[in-house]
Amino acid sequence: MMLSKGLKRKREEEEEGKEALAVDTWWLDPGHPAVAQAPPAVASSSLFDLSVLKLHHSLRQSEPDLRHLVLVVNTLRRIQASMAPTAALPPVPSPPTAPGIADNLLASSDAALSASMASLLEDLSHIEGLSQAPQPLVDEGPPGRPTGGAPPSLGALDLLGPATGCLLDDGLEGLFEDIDTSMYDSELWAPASEGHKSSPEDGPGKEEAPELDEAELDYLMDVLVGTQALERPPGPGR
Amino acid sequence: MHQPPPASSCSSSGSCECARVGVRLSALAPAAAPCPAPRRLPRPRQLEPPSRGTSTLIRAGLGPWCSPTGSPAPLSCETGCGEGSWILVCRLLVPTQVSLLSMEEDIDTRKINNSFLRDHSYATEADIISTVEFNHTGELLATGDKGGRVVIFQREQESKNQVHRRGEYNVYSTFQSHEPEFDYLKSLEIEEKINKIRWLPQQNAAYFLLSTNDKTVKLWKVSERDKRPEGYNLKDEEGRLRDPATITTLRVPVLRPMDLMVEATPRRVFANAHTYHINSISVNSDYETYMSADDLRINLWNFEITNQSFNIVDIKPANMEELTEVITAAEFHPHHCNTFVYSSSKGTIRLCDMRASALCDRHTKFFEEPEDPSNRSFFSEIISSISDVKFSHSGRYIMTRDYLTVKVWDLNMENRPIETYQVHDYLRSKLCSLYENDCIFDKFECVWNGSDSVIMTGSYNNFFRMFDRNTKRDVTLEASRENSKPRAILKPRKVCVGGKRRKDEISVDSLDFSKKILHTAWHPSENIIAVAATNNLYIFQDKVN
Repeated sequence: MMLSKGLKRKREEEEEGKEALAVDTWWLDPGHPAVAQAPPAVASSSLFDLSVLKLHHSLRQSEPDLRHLVLVVNTLRRIQASMAPTAALPPVPSPPTAPGIADNLLASSDAALSASMASLLEDLSHIEGLSQAPQPLVDEGPPGRPTGGAPPSLGALDLLGPATGCLLDDGLEGLFEDIDTSMYDSELWAPASEGHKSSPEDGPGKEEAPELDEAELDYLMDVLVGTQALERPPGPGR
Repeated sequence: MHQPPPASSCSSSGSCECARVGVRLSALAPAAAPCPAPRRLPRPRQLEPPSRGTSTLIRAGLGPWCSPTGSPAPLSCETGCGEGSWILVCRLLVPTQVSLLSMEEDIDTRKINNSFLRDHSYATEADIISTVEFNHTGELLATGDKGGRVVIFQREQESKNQVHRRGEYNVYSTFQSHEPEFDYLKSLEIEEKINKIRWLPQQNAAYFLLSTNDKTVKLWKVSERDKRPEGYNLKDEEGRLRDPATITTLRVPVLRPMDLMVEATPRRVFANAHTYHINSISVNSDYETYMSADDLRINLWNFEITNQSFNIVDIKPANMEELTEVITAAEFHPHHCNTFVYSSSKGTIRLCDMRASALCDRHTKFFEEPEDPSNRSFFSEIISSISDVKFSHSGRYIMTRDYLTVKVWDLNMENRPIETYQVHDYLRSKLCSLYENDCIFDKFECVWNGSDSVIMTGSYNNFFRMFDRNTKRDVTLEASRENSKPRAILKPRKVCVGGKRRKDEISVDSLDFSKKILHTAWHPSENIIAVAATNNLYIFQDKVN
């Protein structure tokens, strides 16, 4: 059982989470700029969702805190590993990328790149049904500060062509063209509230898992962490 | 849990030091009942004849440490602190940016601004103290803040007439060390927050310190001037050049005393060597070199050379996707100039010897404690991430701070620490909430006392903890205005973890997680400690009879 001893059951955790978030803002002056940026008072009930949210948030920073990012991603891997214990999580991401692509992307201040990455992550959220309200996750930086210098994100960068959202030109179809779409049956994309149901058949410690099967979680994790090589037409510079 | 800090409203996620600072009270009148009264703010001394900065002196005796049975017990340490009681010496508020500006203007503006500060108690986020450090003699205490300023306090001279003023620190110098910068290439703002200050040992009359923000390290010289030359031949009294034709006699200029002035000048700027955020700087025992560490690299500098540095550690993977670990802190050995350690986000410490190779990617020693299977959780890695590493003064031990514990390691034993101290184990059951509000990423520092017998670190609710390594006793103290009454005895605090809460205990759910003590410092030879609580600097000393 991977959960810590003191971890409460899901519902109580949700309450506590909501309470924590609610308390989060009550003492702030309504006119305070921080309130506008405060997280939405929609507590995600699963640790996985929370971690994904944190990852999104971290990636959206103009200059992400590397330590925070690494710790969140590693935690996400742990959670994912616990939710799909039989899935073989590749120890080292395999697909070769253009050497130094991360550095190149770091050095660039390409607003289109960051915009496409942001929308990619957003779209993933939509599909995966993980996030109820992706809107607040849209870039929180001031408009004058594009999220250029794309963070050394762990593989999400790998999915994007350097300059344009060419990936998204195909629409989401291109993303999944070689994937069995039966994985994305509508019943699996139930609203998050239904995902709160604990599914004992998922295995031990699953009270917090959303209703996705192993392969989807694998895929999602891989997309985020970059272990998955998607087949798509090579863009310039790749 | 009440009042957790706002999580995602922190633009630099990670350590939530940008707590929503509340009220900045005007100072308490000394030796009076604690009702706010206007006070004269400390003034910077470099622009005008310096007056000693004022600080409120609040005499409060702290109770002795308690043994498990509750009876007082002495603190064992070789610097003779006797009974182990702690007194609040002074609480210092560093002046705000606004008030500093007003100091440079005329008297009327100053009065206006002073009254403004008196009537509208406020503190700016720029005042949040981000680092505290005593110099090697303990005579000076430097603080850096989020606004990029350095404020140096000097210890009050002991005098026979005023023995009770021993240990009081007053403002000595204030200067703007780092300014906010804009990186045009990446369209990024570089924060001016001072991450670390490190003093150089004193070699002449001037003081030298290193201060760093995320990207740039600067060497500052702080010197006093109490004489000025008078009687120039070629210049008149105002400094204007005289017409040589009007000079009929020659005289020798003389040095005349003037009012003491303290000036701070930047002597070196070490820039453009770090892609990632600098978290540590450490002066080498050779006093000629120092190192600066960011998330992935450590660079070695010579003080005289600013346009190049040696890279001695590089853990950046060829493929950033493979990044799983970052450097969190680094320090040179206090005596061996070839040895240093660095800690990681995975809870490991590596000791490296620079004689082994130019690039110290291969460590000489590797310190890691195996994970306790009974405590395993999703957050195991995060709470094992080391936020600070410090050599003991002797050089025999290293101390590390992770989220819940402080550990002491013997350099000769790599497989586990020799001592582990629980700082706030009652938080173990709250890790999920602390993860949610990002408190779990807070980076606490830890310090040794001069004799390496006591270690100290901070916690939440403005608590800080001391552990006596010899007697194995520990104490929790609080740095707060409410408890700083003159002549009152501050009792050790206790957190109630469950069951019946006693009268003076605080329950875990009542802790204020926005009040965190991240930065503390211990005088190198005496029992005087400095504790930074947001924008307040508390100085405590042990009670000497």
